[in-house]
Amino acid sequence: MTPQAQLLKKRHRISAAFKLFCLSVTCLAVSILGILILEVTLLGLPWLNADFLTSFPSRFPEKAGILAGLAGTLWLVTLTAAIAIPIGVLAAVYLEEYAKPGRVATLITINIANLAGVPSIVYGILGLAIFVRFLGLERSVLAGAMTMSLLILPVIIIASREAIKAVPSSLRQVAFALGATRWQVTRDHVLPQAMPGILTGVILALSRAIGETAPLIMIGALTYIAFVPEGPMDEFTALPIQIYNWTSRPQEAFHELASAGIIVLLLVLLIMNATAVWIRYRGSKNKFK
Amino acid sequence: MEQVLRWLFFACAAISVLTTLAVVGVLSIETFNFFQQVPAADFLFGTRWTPLLEPKSYGILPLLFGTTLIVIGAAIVALPVGLACAIYLSEYAGARTRDVVKPILEILAGIPTIVYGFFAITFVTPILRTLIPSTEVFNAASAGIVVGIMVLPMVASLCDDALRAVPNALRDGAYSLGATSFEVTARIVVPASLSGIFAAFVLAISRAIGETMAVTLAAGATPNLTLNPLESIQTMTAYIVQVSLGDTPAGTLSYQTLFAVGAVLFSMTLILNLIANAIMNRYRDVYE
Repeated sequence: MTPQAQLLKKRHRISAAFKLFCLSVTCLAVSILGILILEVTLLGLPWLNADFLTSFPSRFPEKAGILAGLAGTLWLVTLTAAIAIPIGVLAAVYLEEYAKPGRVATLITINIANLAGVPSIVYGILGLAIFVRFLGLERSVLAGAMTMSLLILPVIIIASREAIKAVPSSLRQVAFALGATRWQVTRDHVLPQAMPGILTGVILALSRAIGETAPLIMIGALTYIAFVPEGPMDEFTALPIQIYNWTSRPQEAFHELASAGIIVLLLVLLIMNATAVWIRYRGSKNKFK
Repeated sequence: MEQVLRWLFFACAAISVLTTLAVVGVLSIETFNFFQQVPAADFLFGTRWTPLLEPKSYGILPLLFGTTLIVIGAAIVALPVGLACAIYLSEYAGARTRDVVKPILEILAGIPTIVYGFFAITFVTPILRTLIPSTEVFNAASAGIVVGIMVLPMVASLCDDALRAVPNALRDGAYSLGATSFEVTARIVVPASLSGIFAAFVLAISRAIGETMAVTLAAGATPNLTLNPLESIQTMTAYIVQVSLGDTPAGTLSYQTLFAVGAVLFSMTLILNLIANAIMNRYRDVYE
């Protein structure tokens, strides 16, 4: 074999080896999801039963349950949605439909992009200083929901802007030509068209709020709670907080409880994401193109 | 009516700017108060961090070392693996494989961080302790690996975008000169998308610095001036959590440390995010 042919063979061997390397690394990364789910299921599934879902936390693992966390998370996500969705969507409406391109609009856009990259624990510090201490909301669900709203606002605004941007401008022009005001155009034509995209973004943002732990710990949600909150000023705990509490204990039984809690948390997230996919699918079927 | 609504909508958009002002305001006021009692030099260059124990000492270096260890661990895991995933997805995988792998990466990115913290404690740490028996129960390595897994989907997805932005004409040119697929990737595609890849790496590091739950659970609560990843350490984020768990009355010095550390954390991530955005905006112009 000539030296040239040998070199060519070597080059192709290197290339094949590189492809194999990239393939196996990708398989490894993908398999992490499998390992994670398998581990959590093996540890937690035996604990997952009706008692677990309807009991309050306890220092005896066999009596402990997730009810307070589940109820707290429901309260939290409902209040967060009530605060963050109107503000986020209307902010997006302002930036896309009302604002004149200029310094103010650019400033707000850059500001939102930067807020999206702020670590969640910094929002926790903000919530602690402003909502818990300064406004005196104490460790209430409302303080938690306001903190979470600030955290997910950038996500909602960015997603809603994308959805509004995708509405063809011919639609607006027709309505304007018939004498509609800007608000009528937005309310009757732009928002209905953009709704599937907005809802998808909103659901993804809310699932982020459900999974966040650090900001809630900051505002003091890690306390022993053996009741279901009955109003926005009640103290609360949440699913991820309860999981954190159980994981940080040394006993193996509590780790198994934590896995059961994780299964519940992941199921809640799965249901929300499936809804988002369904809305996206339905939205893509009936749309002007 | 129209005018009222315009102002209402403007107010909604202005809330985001107010949030930024509030973050900066809250952090700087309390940090200023903190510096009234602790000299800035002691805070920035001190080597002992014991604000909750006597004798009190407020040197942030141990926390910075802890965070650095986590970042290094995360970078070792996430950067090469993320880039290799992206190269496979963009240069080798067919449309079908992409349709399977990309959603899985999205799911991994959507899993709450507390779940990764659980994974570190119940899966990674026991494996590490079997392999290297001298590993402490709480250690930087386990947390670093898991933070790496956590930011991996983001690295893979951003690098994939960067690689796919390289025009096919460049690849075709190299192939027609007889280059192998490895040579095309390593000498044409990766260099051409280097700025995008670099931006992805910077964002990943920023995310790793701000990560809280996994490091709080797995890395421990001992502010240690060490670079040994098998020891228990404390990161800036874990310290902030530790203070908020205890009963620290507002106005005390230990309450203010929370904001001083938060200010350092916020500035570091903000600077890194700005750098990443600047790089990304520059490279977007190249092929347009």
